Amino acid sequence: MSDKTVALPEARKHAGFLKANLREYGMLLSLFAIMLFFEFVTDGTLLRPLNLTNLVLQNSYIVIMALGMLLVIVTGHIDLSVGSVAGFTGAIAAVLMVRYDVHFIPASIACLALGALIGAAQGYWVAYFKIPSFIVTLAGMLVFKGLALAVLQGQSVGPFSPTFQKLSSGFIPELFPGAGALYPTSLLIGAMLALGLVYVSVKTRARRASHGVEVEPTGFFALKNATLFGVIIYFTYLIASHRGLPNVLVIMIALIALYGFVTARTTIGRQIYAVGGNEKAAKLSGIKTERLTFLTFVNMGVLAALAGLVFAARLNTATPKAGAGFELDVIAACFIGGASAYGGVGRVAGAVIGALIMGVMNNGMSILGIGIDYQQVIKGLVLLGAVCLDVYNQRR
Amino acid sequence: MTTLLEMHGISKAFAGVKALSDVNFTVRQGEIHALVGENGAGKSTLMKVLSGVYPSGSYDGSIVYDGEERHFRDINESEALGIIIIHQELALIPLLSIAENIFIAGPPSRFGVIDRDAVYKRSQQLLAKVGLNEAPDTLVTNIGIGKQQLVEIAKALSKQVRLLILDEPTASLNESDSAALLDLLLEFRSQGMSAILISHKLNEVARVADRITVLRDGRTVDTMDCEAGAVEEDRIIRKMVDRDLEHRFPKREPNIGEPVLKVENWSVYHPLHAGRQVIKNVDFHVRRGEIVGIAGLMGAGRTEFAMSLFGRSWGRKITGRAMLHGHKVDLSTVSRAIDAGLAYVTEDRKQFGLLLADDVRKNITLANLGSVATGRVIDDIKELRVASDYRNRMRIRCSDVYQTSGNLSGGNQQKVVLSKWLFTDPKILILDEPTRGIDIGAKYEIYCIINELADAGKAVIVISSEMPELLGICDRIYVMNEGAFVGEFDRAEATQEKIMRVIVRKGERLVDRSLERKLEEKLLGEVHP
Repeated sequence: MSDKTVALPEARKHAGFLKANLREYGMLLSLFAIMLFFEFVTDGTLLRPLNLTNLVLQNSYIVIMALGMLLVIVTGHIDLSVGSVAGFTGAIAAVLMVRYDVHFIPASIACLALGALIGAAQGYWVAYFKIPSFIVTLAGMLVFKGLALAVLQGQSVGPFSPTFQKLSSGFIPELFPGAGALYPTSLLIGAMLALGLVYVSVKTRARRASHGVEVEPTGFFALKNATLFGVIIYFTYLIASHRGLPNVLVIMIALIALYGFVTARTTIGRQIYAVGGNEKAAKLSGIKTERLTFLTFVNMGVLAALAGLVFAARLNTATPKAGAGFELDVIAACFIGGASAYGGVGRVAGAVIGALIMGVMNNGMSILGIGIDYQQVIKGLVLLGAVCLDVYNQRR
Repeated sequence: MTTLLEMHGISKAFAGVKALSDVNFTVRQGEIHALVGENGAGKSTLMKVLSGVYPSGSYDGSIVYDGEERHFRDINESEALGIIIIHQELALIPLLSIAENIFIAGPPSRFGVIDRDAVYKRSQQLLAKVGLNEAPDTLVTNIGIGKQQLVEIAKALSKQVRLLILDEPTASLNESDSAALLDLLLEFRSQGMSAILISHKLNEVARVADRITVLRDGRTVDTMDCEAGAVEEDRIIRKMVDRDLEHRFPKREPNIGEPVLKVENWSVYHPLHAGRQVIKNVDFHVRRGEIVGIAGLMGAGRTEFAMSLFGRSWGRKITGRAMLHGHKVDLSTVSRAIDAGLAYVTEDRKQFGLLLADDVRKNITLANLGSVATGRVIDDIKELRVASDYRNRMRIRCSDVYQTSGNLSGGNQQKVVLSKWLFTDPKILILDEPTRGIDIGAKYEIYCIINELADAGKAVIVISSEMPELLGICDRIYVMNEGAFVGEFDRAEATQEKIMRVIVRKGERLVDRSLERKLEEKLLGEVHP
């Protein structure tokens, strides 16, 4: 009612701030709860250095694809073909490298380009012809599954060269060999990452505070950063006491950081959310909605191809069945992570946490010896439960 | 004549806004009773009360039908007693046959299985009654709009109609189809059926109605008997629009400069119906510091015109010239239109204006993200400053700029959309129904903002179905009807009666102008081959 020009007293009440961010912290807390639960019931097997490293390796391709899927889901679409595309590009990689002896670098680049092309082919129909993405990518799923079979002529092709295998099963080189049981380089990187994150968040907070913009309550902020710091150091310690940082984890972290930044801080990220939130309004605001939709599919194709390479390198062979069913885990990860099936809502951190929740559950249940049958039942129920909880929370 | 329907003291409010207050309306057995009034006068609301769309209890007043007081809880209950309403937007399913559409609610059946023969036979009888010469198994999508209207009537007849309500039945029909439809109504009347006719076309109303009731601002103004002699159109119009215009609009001294935007020979076709020309070669201009209104009925083509101009957001085969400050300007995409200095504030902010799930801040910066970013990275502090600034300037009432825009009131949502477009720093603002669904107080604030914009040298185009609003704030008013400008008035000479008159007596000038243009083109073509 007053028309006084106020500087910028947009600071929200602390309680309001917590409430607004509860959803995100809630997800993180559930991940911790699930990890603690399995750590307890598996008598400490879950967080053993060897198992933790395996956990990362097993889920890397799901996390990588979840980053692309999140963008697709945010624009209000879906991509059912990612598993087949990953399998197909893995098959092409194997044929190139094993049958035709192509060096792994050009072969990998060719596969990523192929992924982009596949994404473009599907995105074209979705974005410009307005064919429902469900149908286009369902078709793609069949097509690329079939093509993978054709390319491999129904057989497994392998093994790969040891250098290519390192993409998935290698670890970063140790700069200080013979320093003991721990891998100091990995420890150092982990510590730098933790320090870097804390530094950035302190700086951002200071910058906002200096402009009089809302900041978290100090105590909460300190606790949050201390926890973050502690958790990263602890996990680094665990990883470092096995064989150090896996190469694929480095790739994953770099991608997560990149996609997190793009979605949250850049104009193109904002516009992608706008397309999913209200396509007509976005279009009338001068946003090239078709092109953005198209690009999210291209991006998805590249990431699916990368995941295909990682998976092939991990198995050290390309099989016609590679990638089958991945799309379901990837999509589930996004929805567990709080993405909305109607588009416009979802965060990178959420999708990653969702993928980790799925991964920890898979791993924990396998350790417990629960059969694949009931594993699926439980995963399905968790997916439904997570989304129901989310919807319920929003209604309140 | 006995009274069939008596609606007494009907009042109905939506979220505090009175749509109907103390309306009395009666229909006699075997009469055609016309209901006229401006857009938003309450005609449709009254019919929805009658048919049970708004259930008994959600309104005040009583409905006596066929000698008994009725409390309809839904449309099925009113239909069971023969009250059938045919809406302006036909409710037919395009890919089903005529027969299937007629009996969509309850086809004749035996043991739950549809009796196809009976459906066909009865459809044939009904089609004969309404004079439609089509096979019952023809798909509805394959017949014209005039015939579809007849199918709707056949559908009504299949339900043993006693009181037929027609909402703008001839709005999308041509002359001969309209005439046929009205003749049909007269024939049904002679068989004892009653009808309520809602129409803007006063000549048609005068032709068939026995009585005419005028609604204005949700009140019955008058009920006129036509039997005493034909009622003058002017008299009806005066009753429709008569209203106090003082004190509802802020004062302004216009300071009008040179023409900013000129549009010549602008033509647009319907995006789905290839042959339908929606905007018919119109000329238009707006000057610096001027507020130009576009009046017209719903469906006249005003929104379509504006959106086709704004980055070809509507329609196909768009041709014509757009000139900005005397130079030809490319408005072929929305971003080009924005760059050229155009802004279009939509009539439907929920569907086309806002990201309802996002906060006020993100909505305000959406159309001009580049200005709050360094490179492609959004500067969140700068963005917050911009959003807070507009929040204060436009007096958007929200707890903070992080509030979800979907939770704001209509007036505040409109201010968010306005802020978004002001932040693009436009030269020309097109405001489509800027005060629709907004309470009186917020309306006044919006008018003040519009005045400030014009005073700041912007060219403002206001599309509105509320004529008093246009008269209250515009310097010049175009009147659009059926995709063409049929009138143009200066502030001094414009009155509601004049505007209404050119709308209801459309036709002649329209034909003249298009002929004129054809002749002109032909001549020009001969001179400059």
